[in-house]
Amino acid sequence: MNIYVILKQTFDTEEKIVIQDGNISDDGVKYVINPYDEYAIEEALRQKEQHGGNITVVSIGPSRLAEALRTALAMGADEAVHVSDDAIHGDEFSVSKVLAAYFNDQSYDLILGGNFSIDSGGGQVAIRLSQLLNIPHVSSIIKLDVIGAQAIVLRDSEGDTEKLEVTLPALFTAQQGLNDPRYPSLPGIMKAKKKPFHHLTLDDLGLTETEIYARTERLSLSLPPNRKSGQILQGELHEQAAQLVQLLKHSEVKAN
Amino acid sequence: MSKSYVVIAEVRDGKLRQVTLEALQSIGLAKEHEDTVAAVVLGHQISNIAEQLSQYVSGQIHVVDHKDLEFYNAEIHFSVIKEVLDTLSPHAVFLGHTASGRDLAPMIAAYLNAGQLSDVISIEKTESEVRYTRPLYAGKAFEQKIFTEGPQVITIRPNNIAVANISDAQAEIITVEYSPPLSLRTIVRDVIRKTSGKVDLTEAKIVVSGGRGVKSMDGFKPLQELADVLNGAVGASRAACDAGYCDYAMQIGQTGKVVTPEIYIACGISGAIQHLAGMSQSRIIIAINKDPEAPIFKLADYGIVGDLFVVVPLLTEEFKKALA
Repeated sequence: MNIYVILKQTFDTEEKIVIQDGNISDDGVKYVINPYDEYAIEEALRQKEQHGGNITVVSIGPSRLAEALRTALAMGADEAVHVSDDAIHGDEFSVSKVLAAYFNDQSYDLILGGNFSIDSGGGQVAIRLSQLLNIPHVSSIIKLDVIGAQAIVLRDSEGDTEKLEVTLPALFTAQQGLNDPRYPSLPGIMKAKKKPFHHLTLDDLGLTETEIYARTERLSLSLPPNRKSGQILQGELHEQAAQLVQLLKHSEVKAN
Repeated sequence: MSKSYVVIAEVRDGKLRQVTLEALQSIGLAKEHEDTVAAVVLGHQISNIAEQLSQYVSGQIHVVDHKDLEFYNAEIHFSVIKEVLDTLSPHAVFLGHTASGRDLAPMIAAYLNAGQLSDVISIEKTESEVRYTRPLYAGKAFEQKIFTEGPQVITIRPNNIAVANISDAQAEIITVEYSPPLSLRTIVRDVIRKTSGKVDLTEAKIVVSGGRGVKSMDGFKPLQELADVLNGAVGASRAACDAGYCDYAMQIGQTGKVVTPEIYIACGISGAIQHLAGMSQSRIIIAINKDPEAPIFKLADYGIVGDLFVVVPLLTEEFKKALA
């Protein structure tokens, strides 16, 4: 089975956001594989363990991204593809176009990705890709069973669970609860150094900058306003409970 | 020339979802006076929904009513929407940032070769452009964006934009014949409704959330009782999900859901930065925690230092009295 994982590198979730000169500062910031994409990698490994095959991790971004791809190789992926080009400074439209150009030359059974990225939170790229490739997709999956050319998946839909049957090739995005990602082992890290690592540019994919220019543009960035420090209630707990309800009653809250 | 705006309406438990009315209001904020607004509504036995929508939309309402559309199937829903979009050639398509909206929007965007802005929380129109504000890092920062060219796809975060007002405009209701997609590769086998009749977490006006302090699956019971009294929803921190006390579907935070209710009641949640990212835009935050040093108190409007298993039932009783 040919399994592909599309991944993104993001700030660690512990990071505070600092805006400097109109941009988000990455000074001293720790980067990780987007947590949702980690579930996708783990799922790819489990599928390979069951059905055999080859896992390729694919990502688009600057040189620091190589670290995330190496981590995926150390977890057990077989090959990495790093698309890097100064001409790619786009949005989800651009990124999905670049990925589609890459996948048009590949043969794949399964493409896995994260449900969304925890930085921009767009949740677009994977689903756009499935459309561009004209393959079915199921987003936000919490279970995946591949049986021959079919996949039986469970999907989380705002707390409800949907069971779907999908014909492969197909694309799936991982939701929390799908699995528990493994850590790279020391032998895994050693082996990763020898695994194929492909570097591609727009030229290699037969794309030009004008074909992928962003459809959206950022005007400005801001931080959320600071909340005023609140009030710790005093007295016996039952008095505090009564007081809180009174306070809320007078705060013009529009409850249902 | 007038442009066409389209809202993809959403039905849940036989009712029009509030976020659809918020999306309609959003269109009102973005469009020019002469632009037209159409709605697309898909589902099974939804004539009442179309009637209801007609009170808000001046243009056409395209209704596709079929048993196949009872449950969401990305392939089927999209193939139907695609046909309607071909007729309307929209300048912009608005959806709720909900499970189905999040799923359909990128399909629509890819089909239209369009840009998409997801999870929009506010809209500002200037003389030359429409500016959309959306969160980054689940609300640790915000960005304002514009479209460089159309068409446009926008998803609206529930609970952030006012609902549209009923207008006296009478919409034209158009029944669209359902034709199934030629090749169907996805079949929905079963839908297990765990949230039937419950208030959806992202749309809830009041959220009662539990953290590691709830100690067990059963520990969520008093929280659910309080939420029920307030017609709210129950959420959780990652710590509670990781400990196996609840489903990940309930998780609020940078990984998980972002909520912006009127009242957020954090019970036994210490307040890790990832959790705060997911709830800090709530209008009023209440923290209940045994540890007076818990970081959540720095963010809370009102804090009660005490055991949640004592405080939450007391609150439930007080609210019952107040609402009686």
